[in-house]
Amino acid sequence: MTRFLLALLLVALGAPAAADEVNVAVAANFTRPAEEIGAAFTARTGHDVVFSFGATGGLYAQITQGAPFDVFLAADDRTPARAVADGFGRAGTAFTYAIGRAVLYGPGLALGDGAAVLRAGRFSHIAIADPATAPYGAAAAAIFDRLGLAAALAPRLVVGQNISQALQFVDSGNAELGIVALSQVIDKPAAQVWRVPAHLYDPIRQNAVLLAGAADDAAAAAFLAFLRGPEAAAIIARYGYETVG
Amino acid sequence: MPAEIADAIALTLGLAAVVTVLLVLVGTPIAWWLAHSRASWKEAVAAVVALPLVLPPTVLGFYLLIALGPMGPGGALAGLWGARTLAFSFEGLVIGSVIYSLPFMVQPLRNAFEAVGTDPLEAAATLGAGRLQTFARVEAPLARAGYLAGGVLTFAHTVGEFGVVLMIGGNIPGKTKVLSVAIYDYVERLQWGEAHLLALGMVAFAFIVITLTMMIDRRLGRVSA
Repeated sequence: MTRFLLALLLVALGAPAAADEVNVAVAANFTRPAEEIGAAFTARTGHDVVFSFGATGGLYAQITQGAPFDVFLAADDRTPARAVADGFGRAGTAFTYAIGRAVLYGPGLALGDGAAVLRAGRFSHIAIADPATAPYGAAAAAIFDRLGLAAALAPRLVVGQNISQALQFVDSGNAELGIVALSQVIDKPAAQVWRVPAHLYDPIRQNAVLLAGAADDAAAAAFLAFLRGPEAAAIIARYGYETVG
Repeated sequence: MPAEIADAIALTLGLAAVVTVLLVLVGTPIAWWLAHSRASWKEAVAAVVALPLVLPPTVLGFYLLIALGPMGPGGALAGLWGARTLAFSFEGLVIGSVIYSLPFMVQPLRNAFEAVGTDPLEAAATLGAGRLQTFARVEAPLARAGYLAGGVLTFAHTVGEFGVVLMIGGNIPGKTKVLSVAIYDYVERLQWGEAHLLALGMVAFAFIVITLTMMIDRRLGRVSA
C-alpha cells in the first residue's frame, strides 16, 4: 500500500513538468555532446535541460512505464520508431540527429590494424555494451560476426549495461579492449583507437523523438529545434559523428 | 526453464554458499574479538565492519573495480595464475560479496557471543579447558543461534546482491551473471515473462528467509532468557 501511494505521488510530481525544464533521455554514447548541447541551449534560451543517460533499450523500458521524459535521444532509429508505433512518441517528430561510429579502443595495445589485433587475440577481456539493449552493443556483435570472430571472442566478452560501462571496464584496466563510440574517445591518442570500417556494421543512425507527454511543451520543441540547428551540429561533428543535411 | 535462468540460479546459489562458508571463517574471529576485547578502539573496528550497511553498493563497486584490476592488489593476485584481473570472475564476486555481507555475519555472531557471557567460559577454564577448547566446546555451541542467523542472513544478502556485481561482474552468463542482474536485464529487454518468473521466485525466497530468521530470533530470545 505504501509503495502504491509512493508510486502515485511520484506520478503526480512527475506529470506537470515545469514549462521551462526539458527532461531528456539520452543514449549513453551521446553523453558528452548532449551535455555540451544542453549548456549551449540553456545559454541561448534560458530553459533548463535535465539529462538521464542509459542504454537505449533500458531508457525505452522506462518510457513505456511512464518515465517523465519529454525528449528521447536514442542510439538507433528503430527504438524511436517503435515509440511512435506504441503511442509513446509523437508521430512525425523523429529525425536523425547524428550518425554514430563504432571504434575499437585499447590504451595498452597498438591498434594500427584493429582487425589483426582482434584476430591475434592476445588479450583476456574485450568489453562491449549489451547487444540486446544498446545499439553500439549490437554493432559490436555485427563487427565480430562479419570478421568471423564471434565464436572466438565469445569467451572473452564482458558486457556493460550500456556503452559508458563498457568504456569504464577498459579505462579501469580490467578489460584491455572495448568496442565503444568514437565520441567517447575522441580526445584519446589516435594509436589507441581503431575506427571500425563502415562495412563491418550497419550505420548507427541515432534518432530523436518528441515523447507523447510533451506534445504541447514549447521548451521541448525548442530543444529539438536547437538539436537540428547549426550550433548543435558543430558540437555533434566535433565528437566524431556525422550529421544529416 | 531456459538455460540462462538455470545458469543464473545455480551461479547465485553457489556464490551465496561459498560466501557464507568463508564468512563463518572470517567473521568468527572478528566477532569474538569484538565481543570480548576491552580495547577502547574496538567500536571503531565495529564501525568499519558495519560500513557496507550504510555505503551505497556503487562505492564498494567503484573501489573494487580499481582494486581488483591490473593496477590493484587483485591484479597482482590474479597474476599468480596468469590472469590480469579479478574483475569479471567468480573469485572477484566472492571477494566483493564477502566484504559486502561482512556485517550480516559479524553482528549476529557478536551478539550471540556477548549473550553467552563470561560465566560458562570461566567455569570451563576452572575445569582446565584451554582457550580453543573452551571456544570449540562451550562458546561456539552456545552461540549456535548466532551462527544460524548469521548464516541465513549472509546467504540471503548475497543472493540479493545487485549493485556491486553489476559494477564488477561484466555480466558473463554462468560466471558472473547472477539472478538479480538477470532480472534487471530481462526488464530492460522488455522480456517481462522471464522477469516475472525470477522476481516472483525471489519474493518467495525472501519471505521464507525472513520467516526463518524471525523464528531463529525468537529461539535466541528464549535461550538467553
